Amino acid sequence: MSKYSMHLLVCGGTSCHASESDAIVCNLRDELEARGLVDSVQVIVTGCFGFCEKGPIVKVLPDNTFYVQVKPEDAQTIVEEHVIKGRKITRLLYQDPVTKEPFADSKNMGFFKKQLRIVLRNCGFINPENIDEYIAREGYQALGKVLSEMSPEEVIKVVKDSGQKGRGGGGFPTGLKWELARKSVSDEKYVVCNADEGDPGAFMDRSVLEGDPHSVLEAMAICGYSIGASNGLIYIRAEYPLAIERLKIAIKQAREYGLLGNDILGTGFNFDITLRYGAGAFVCGEETALIHSMEGLRGEPTVKPPFPAESGYRGKPTNVNNVETFAAIPVIILKGSKWFSSIGTEKAKGTKVFALAGKINNVGLIEVPMGTTLREVIFEIGGGIRNGKKFKGVQTGGPSGGCLTEKHLDTPIDFDNLIAAGSMMGSGAMIVLDQDDCMVSMAKYFLDFTVEESCGKCAPCRIGNKRLHELLGQICDGKGTLSDLDRLRNMSLVIKDTSLCGLGQTSPNPVLSMLDNFWDEYVAHVTDKKCPAGQCRSLMEYIVNAENCVGCTACARVCPVNAISGERKEVHLIDSSICIKCGACMEKCKFDAIFIS
Amino acid sequence: METIKLTIDNKEVDVPRGTTIYKAAKELGIDIPTLCYMDLHDLNIENKPGGCRICVVEVEGRRNLAPTCSTKCESGMVVKTHSTRVLNARRTVMEFILSDHPKDCLVCSKSGNCELQTMAHRLGIREIPGAEFAETSKYRKDTSPSIIRDLDKCIMCRRCETMCNDVQTVGALSAVNRGFMATVAPAFEQNLEHSTCTYCGQCVAVCPTGALTEVNHVPQVLRALVDPTKTVVVQTAPAVRAALGEEFGMAPGTLVTGKMTAALRALGFDYVFDTDFAADLTIMEEGTELLDRLSRHLKGDTTARIPILTSCCPGWVNFFEHYFPDLKDVPSTAKSPQQMFGAIAKSYFAEKIGINRKDMVVVSIMPCLAKKYECQRDEFSVDGNPDVDFSISTRELATFIKQANIDIKTLQDEEFDTPLGESTGASVIFGNTGGVIEAACRTAYELYTGKKLERIEFTELRGMEGVRSATIDFNGLPVNIGIAHGLGNARKLLDDVRSGKSVYHAIEVMACPGGCIGGGGQPLHHGNSEVIKARAAALYTEDRKKPLRKSHENPFIVKLYDEFLGKAGSEKAHHLLHTHYFDKKKKIIIKH
Amino acid sequence: MSSIKIELRKDDVDFIKGVCASFNNDPQELINVLHSCQEHFGYLPAEIQEVVSEGLNMPVAKIYGVVTFYSFFTMTPKGKNPISICLGTACYVRGAEKVLDEFKKELGIEVGQSTNDNKFSLSSLRCVGACGLAPVVLVGDKTYGRVAPDDVKNILKEYE
Repeated sequence: MSKYSMHLLVCGGTSCHASESDAIVCNLRDELEARGLVDSVQVIVTGCFGFCEKGPIVKVLPDNTFYVQVKPEDAQTIVEEHVIKGRKITRLLYQDPVTKEPFADSKNMGFFKKQLRIVLRNCGFINPENIDEYIAREGYQALGKVLSEMSPEEVIKVVKDSGQKGRGGGGFPTGLKWELARKSVSDEKYVVCNADEGDPGAFMDRSVLEGDPHSVLEAMAICGYSIGASNGLIYIRAEYPLAIERLKIAIKQAREYGLLGNDILGTGFNFDITLRYGAGAFVCGEETALIHSMEGLRGEPTVKPPFPAESGYRGKPTNVNNVETFAAIPVIILKGSKWFSSIGTEKAKGTKVFALAGKINNVGLIEVPMGTTLREVIFEIGGGIRNGKKFKGVQTGGPSGGCLTEKHLDTPIDFDNLIAAGSMMGSGAMIVLDQDDCMVSMAKYFLDFTVEESCGKCAPCRIGNKRLHELLGQICDGKGTLSDLDRLRNMSLVIKDTSLCGLGQTSPNPVLSMLDNFWDEYVAHVTDKKCPAGQCRSLMEYIVNAENCVGCTACARVCPVNAISGERKEVHLIDSSICIKCGACMEKCKFDAIFIS
Repeated sequence: METIKLTIDNKEVDVPRGTTIYKAAKELGIDIPTLCYMDLHDLNIENKPGGCRICVVEVEGRRNLAPTCSTKCESGMVVKTHSTRVLNARRTVMEFILSDHPKDCLVCSKSGNCELQTMAHRLGIREIPGAEFAETSKYRKDTSPSIIRDLDKCIMCRRCETMCNDVQTVGALSAVNRGFMATVAPAFEQNLEHSTCTYCGQCVAVCPTGALTEVNHVPQVLRALVDPTKTVVVQTAPAVRAALGEEFGMAPGTLVTGKMTAALRALGFDYVFDTDFAADLTIMEEGTELLDRLSRHLKGDTTARIPILTSCCPGWVNFFEHYFPDLKDVPSTAKSPQQMFGAIAKSYFAEKIGINRKDMVVVSIMPCLAKKYECQRDEFSVDGNPDVDFSISTRELATFIKQANIDIKTLQDEEFDTPLGESTGASVIFGNTGGVIEAACRTAYELYTGKKLERIEFTELRGMEGVRSATIDFNGLPVNIGIAHGLGNARKLLDDVRSGKSVYHAIEVMACPGGCIGGGGQPLHHGNSEVIKARAAALYTEDRKKPLRKSHENPFIVKLYDEFLGKAGSEKAHHLLHTHYFDKKKKIIIKH
Repeated sequence: MSSIKIELRKDDVDFIKGVCASFNNDPQELINVLHSCQEHFGYLPAEIQEVVSEGLNMPVAKIYGVVTFYSFFTMTPKGKNPISICLGTACYVRGAEKVLDEFKKELGIEVGQSTNDNKFSLSSLRCVGACGLAPVVLVGDKTYGRVAPDDVKNILKEYE
């Protein structure tokens, strides 16, 4: 990178890409060209910076200036002011949401301060479509080291000693998994990368694949060497076209450089990778379902054992890890197990990537050491709750996880602590909820997802989740009873206890954790027939504020069911037994005289 | 073999490594309830998707409950099969299943014989909480010539899918859709009639509920019986007599030939005949064809196709018409016994009793559902009048007998009517896998060698192995016989024929595992393969009791040829007793 | 006799057979084959599945079973401008459902349907990973972020 005195890094992740970041790149290049600066200033399209909330993002190196919400027409200003005159453009700088103070150096931003980027080490720094940039940042050195200096057993030992656990949700120790696959005797074995990120609100894996695809390829080759496999497969969602494109480019480049294919680095080790596409089935995140899907079948899970390590893809021993798990491997190899295990807590080593979304100021992708508290993540990195509202809960682990509340904010994040709190790590989605979110509706939303994504193979998941969803709907409609809450709990426990795969075994978690943590809100729905968050339409009551009502009759005229009565110039009255809660009256009232109770 | 020790409900047991908890519990006399699971181990058929979750138990140290059908025992395991946790889970799951099931048990054709109903009773379910709000999964009903599909009643046990794909390799059924709407159906959820279904009926034979049932033809038969202008003739297939008793509480393998005959007469059939007679006739025609092809082949005639394949089984005929139409000149052209019977009844016998074929109704009692379709095939009718009018299954006959207030157990044995009721032991064993080819060998041997067959029973052709072979010495000529039951096994032999690798001179195929005794129209075995074995043994017993045991010795067959057909393979025989096959493979039409 | 006649143009059949051949006519490659066919034809009607069945030598029932399992595959053609509303959690809590309702109202169709003139079709999807832009709407390849119910009319206007 030496020939350039300045670099303009433009985020090419999906969010920024969708906000015309490619036009920014074009304009920047045009501007530089027009001013004859192409030889000294380089524009690089990178993977996700993580700060999706304020995209598109342009970062200027070496001074670490972080421009947010850049528009294509800002390109001219950036080149004229910053590149040529060295003046930072204040209006494009990120401002602290509270103090409104602009940050000149991104290192000082709360969003980045608490983060430790191992998996995301290259995201936002390198052009993911250029293998040289990966290599320049120690890329493929771990593979070289493994192939030239280490035996497969030594590699597995390093991974085992590092204490890394699978980041896909299950939390199974990576090294142990590799060891099991190594011990299975077979003429053929497979390494599979699970990139079927289907968790709604999660985009960790995609960002890694879009921003740093080679880290995954390198790790898969290392895994292949360790377990004795020469074939790798990446099972990726077809809904991720950008990630697919960048993986294809990366695989092609790696082959050209002799880092994939036959006789890698002249060591006689053969390993190649092909892509397999998912087709929209959340259950395929479960490894046996994923394997069946790769075999051209319906993505239905099967009873384990046998585990894939014994009999997986095409009946051969198969090691399945997810993207994030793989992406950390090259660093673990290079820096050693001691270094990795020094990060995090006693039981959970390393870092975890989270996709932070929902009612939070800084939506984005973050990576923090295990043991960071939810408070740090939500209020320091995430910048707190949007629009000054009150924090209500955070759903971790997506539809498989639970909703944690105020009282859990100081819990250090790791696998065991989250489970003890009634949730789980899951793949890393973190959805923040505020006072306006109804916890019955939220549980219903997650069940809606599960019902749609259940494969239908086992009865508790196929029918039980449907019944849970129906019952939650009844409660939202004000037709629930106290004994329904018991039924809700019993059904949830049985579905967890009897379902075939991880999907059904975790799908009632939102219900159970919300029953535990928001019991009063559930009771309010069934006994008082009220929705405290004001979200359940059937439980809303539209009321006329007598002080504001001038008797204009506008509301009565717009009411489709004639539920509003009252003489002209007199206070009107809404008959809630007739009212269908369409809200037309409130919309029509010019005097703020109608409110929802 | 290495054994491991575990504890189930406080009792210790040693089992070989690899045993499932379900089977280990069985050893201890603990009968864990199952619903989707089905193990026909003698036939090498197992269905254990682990889907119903009824068989779950508590295993100490395990986070969730374990399905016993598909969880293997481990050393030191401590299992509880009826803890509160297990009982509550089992009940709740059962309530889930019932909440998505129609509540029309009173009028369901499976009522009283439904595994779901039995399970609900066994688990003591007395109400289905929340059923009034519960949405149920609904599908279009489909009636084909043989099978009715009512998928509202499907519980996704996947047994039918296993039979149709893994066992029969027909591939007409597959799990379709996802989640709550998941079910098992043909492609595009089209009618079975438009799929590659062979109507073998094995899906119906294993369906635990009323989702898959046979088309009921009893009302049509009843109408014919009360019509004074009709002479109603009935024929009963060999396998029926070995199974009908089960529907009346008799032990599997109880032969009820005489009682069945009496019951049919009591039902009002004018002539009670035996398909066995037609089976003897089949041997005459098929045996002659075999010898003809074989001797031409031995003389070097390349137009003589070897091996010859049996053609008695209509499911099998449908199968090769769909999947091996290029080989449609390989099977024998002889019609099945059912159709031979119909053709002779409506010609020779109608003439004999002086009535028009249009005034005769031929009913067949069959262990088979494909027979319903077979008798409706266009080529088996004369001017729109079918040779066999209605085919009803063993199960339908049982219902019919019950409706007519006949207590079959108290009936005195009666004999079949003559002339089409007389048969030999060779024809009785047609119902078992290997039986047709054994019967053919008994006759072909004597016709070919001109010598008397000393050892009548070709035990080397018997058994339950899916594919079997034997070489029979025809007085110095080694004749290679292949046998397959189950269409998947047949496919293996057919693939060899197609690629020219087949070493056989003759191959017998029966579509159903075990042969006709395991047919889709038989009393339900509910996953117990002992039932099928007992029926097979019964037919061999009946054979041994018969004074005549070779088809060509049947005096009425001899007479039939003398009076009517001339000789086996004659032009008249060809016209009445032989058929041809069709190419039913789907065609992709190119639009111009 | 129950044989079904399937009518397709010759170059369509050749295309499908070519796709199958490019995957070595291996039934295990079914999902890849279906992806290629859907990319080319826009959807996977029965006729196409029948040809794939022949190409991969596997029962068409199994193919239908796979097509109906994965939400990405569709047997009905999409509208000229397919509209997808992300209902991932991040979009949901930021009001995606109200946006979806507005689209339903404006177009007079439900999810999974197309307008009578086949100009628009409506579908929902789970998380496109652009949570920073929640709620997200896709029209064809174009992404709209931070969509409010009031924006719906203007979005549709772009395609008039």
